[in-house]
Amino acid sequence: MSEFFQQLLNGVSLGAIYALLAIGYTMVYGVLRFINFAHSDVFMVGAFIGFYAAKVIPPGSIGGGLAILAAAMAGCALLGMAIERLAYRPLRRAPTLNVLITAIGVSLLLEYSGQKIFGAAPQRFPPVFPTRDFQLGRLTVSSNQVIVVLVTLALIVGLRWIVFRTRIGTAMRAVALNPQAAALVGINNDVVISFTFALGSALAGAGGILYALNYPSIDPLMGVMPGLKAFVAAVLGGIGNIPGAALGGLILGVVETFVGGSSWSTGKDAIAFAILIVILLFRPAGLLGRTTVEKV
Amino acid sequence: MDRGSFRFGPHLALLAALAAAAVVSAGSAWIDPYFLDVLKGMGINVILAVSLNLVNGYTGQFSLGHAGFMSVGAYLSAGFTLFVAPRWIGPLGGGAFGQDLLFLAALLGGGLCAALAGLLVGIPSLRLKGDYLALVTLGFGEIIRVIFQNLDSLGGALGLNGIPPLTTIFWVLAFAAVTVFVVVCLVHSTYGRGFLATHDDEIAAEAIGLNTTHYKIVAFVVGAFFAGIAGGLYAHFKQTIAPAGFNFTKSIEIVVMVILGGMGNTPGVILAAILLTLLPEVLRPVAEYRMILYSFLLIVLMIVRPQGLFNFSFRRRKSA
Repeated sequence: MSEFFQQLLNGVSLGAIYALLAIGYTMVYGVLRFINFAHSDVFMVGAFIGFYAAKVIPPGSIGGGLAILAAAMAGCALLGMAIERLAYRPLRRAPTLNVLITAIGVSLLLEYSGQKIFGAAPQRFPPVFPTRDFQLGRLTVSSNQVIVVLVTLALIVGLRWIVFRTRIGTAMRAVALNPQAAALVGINNDVVISFTFALGSALAGAGGILYALNYPSIDPLMGVMPGLKAFVAAVLGGIGNIPGAALGGLILGVVETFVGGSSWSTGKDAIAFAILIVILLFRPAGLLGRTTVEKV
Repeated sequence: MDRGSFRFGPHLALLAALAAAAVVSAGSAWIDPYFLDVLKGMGINVILAVSLNLVNGYTGQFSLGHAGFMSVGAYLSAGFTLFVAPRWIGPLGGGAFGQDLLFLAALLGGGLCAALAGLLVGIPSLRLKGDYLALVTLGFGEIIRVIFQNLDSLGGALGLNGIPPLTTIFWVLAFAAVTVFVVVCLVHSTYGRGFLATHDDEIAAEAIGLNTTHYKIVAFVVGAFFAGIAGGLYAHFKQTIAPAGFNFTKSIEIVVMVILGGMGNTPGVILAAILLTLLPEVLRPVAEYRMILYSFLLIVLMIVRPQGLFNFSFRRRKSA
C-alpha cells in the first residue's frame, strides 16, 4: 500500500510539470488554433537558462532557487514573444498547415541551435533548491517534489488571477472566443497574442527548471517527449481549457508513473499516445471541453 | 492541373522508366559506388514523398506517421529475408534469380503489411480532421515504434543487423517509377477526382454523394503500402535498421519534402525529394550547421513561399 502512495506522489509531481507545459499549449491553441510545436523546446531552453543562471546566482538556498526560476521564466517569456513575432505573426492569415510546419521548423531550429550552443551531450543540472528527504510514515517525500507541487500550484493560481481578474486576461478570453469581435471592440489582437505567448512560455520555463530538478540530466532534445506528452495532456483535458490542461497533466503523470512501475514499464512512452487516441476517438472535446458543432 | 505530360500516355512513360532503370542497373558496375548510394537514397525518398503526397497533398489529410508505416515494411521484409527466406532458398535453388524473386516477395509482403497497418490506423483516425488527425497519426507512428522496440524477436531496441544487401539500383528506380505511376494515374482517373474533391471541400464533396471517408482510407492505405515498400528497400540498402531510425523526426523529414515540393504537385515533390537527399551531401563541409540551416530554411520558406518551392500553378488552395 505504501508503494501505491509513493508512486502516486511521484506521479503527481511529474503530472504537475506536464500540467505547466500543457497550459502553455492550451493557451496558444485557444488564441491561434494551432499546435505550437516549439513549446517543448522553450521548455528545454528554460532548463538551460537555469543551468547557466546557477553559475551566476549561488544555488542551494530557497531565495537563490526562486531567483533562478524567475530568470528562466523571464528568459522564456522573451523567447516566446520573439518566436511569435518573427515566425508566427507573418503567417497570421496563412492556412493552419503552414503555421504547423513553421512551428516544427522553429522547434528543429531551437533543438539544433541548442546542440550547437549548449553542446549535444547531456549535462548535470545543479541542485538549485536545498534538498532533503522527509519521512511521512513509510513514504519518502523529497523536498524537490514538494517544491514542484507548490510552485505549480502558485503559478496556476497566479495564472487564473491574470486570466479572470485583469484587463489583459479578459482580452485574452475575448480573443480566444472570437478574434474578429474582439478587434471590433478595440482589443489589439497582436498585443494579446504576444502576451499569451509570454505567459505560456514563462510557464514552460518554470516547467523546465522543475523537470530538471527531478531528472537532473539536461540536453537539447530533453523537451521532445515531455512536450508531446504535455500536448496529449492538453487534448485530454480539453484543448483551450486551462483547468482541463492541469487536470490532463495530472492524470497523464500519474498513469505514466504507474505504468512505468508495472511489468509493462517498456510501454511507458506508448501509454500517452494510447490515451490520446482513445480520447480523440471517443471524446474529441476532452474531459472538460465543450463539444462544438461545425457550422457550414 | 498540368496535363501536358499526359500526351505520351502514362503507361508508355512507366515502360520507359522501367527500361531506364534496367539500363542504369546494367551500367551500375561503371558508376561510382558513392554516387550509386546517393541515387538509391534519392529513389527511396522519392517513393516516400510521392506516396505521402497522395495523403497530405491530394487528399488534404495531414498525416505525421509515415515513418511508422515505413518501419512496418522495413521490419517485415527484413525479417522475411533474414529468418523465413533461408529455409526456402533450398527449393528455389538460391540463384540470383531466386534471390530476386524472394526479395520481391519480401518487399510486397512488407508493403501489404504496412497497408494493413494503414487500414487499421486509418479507419478510426480518419474521422478526425486537421491538427487532431496529425496528432493521432503521430501517436500511432510512435506506438508502432515502441512496439518494435519491445519485440525481442525483431531485435528490440537494437534493431536488426546483417540484412542481406539486396536493394539494387534497379529495384529502387523501378519501384520509384511504379509509385509515381500509380499515384498519378490514381489521382487523374475518374475515380481519383474524389481525392481532390475531398481536399478541396469535404462538405461539398459529401453533398454531391462522395463517400469522403472511403477516399481518405484508400489514400491512406495506398500511401502506407508504398511507405512499406520504401521501408523494405531502405532495410536492404542500409543493411541495419533500428526503431529509433523511424521516429517522429523521420516522418517530419518526409512531410517537409511534400511541403517543399508543393502539396499535391507530384513533379515538385519528386524534385524536392531529390534536392533534400542531395542537400546533406552538399552541406557535408558545414555539417555542424547543416540542420540549423535546414530548419531555418524551412521557416523562411513557409513565410516567403507557402505554396511550396516548386509549385508554379496558381490554383488557389484552401486551408487544410
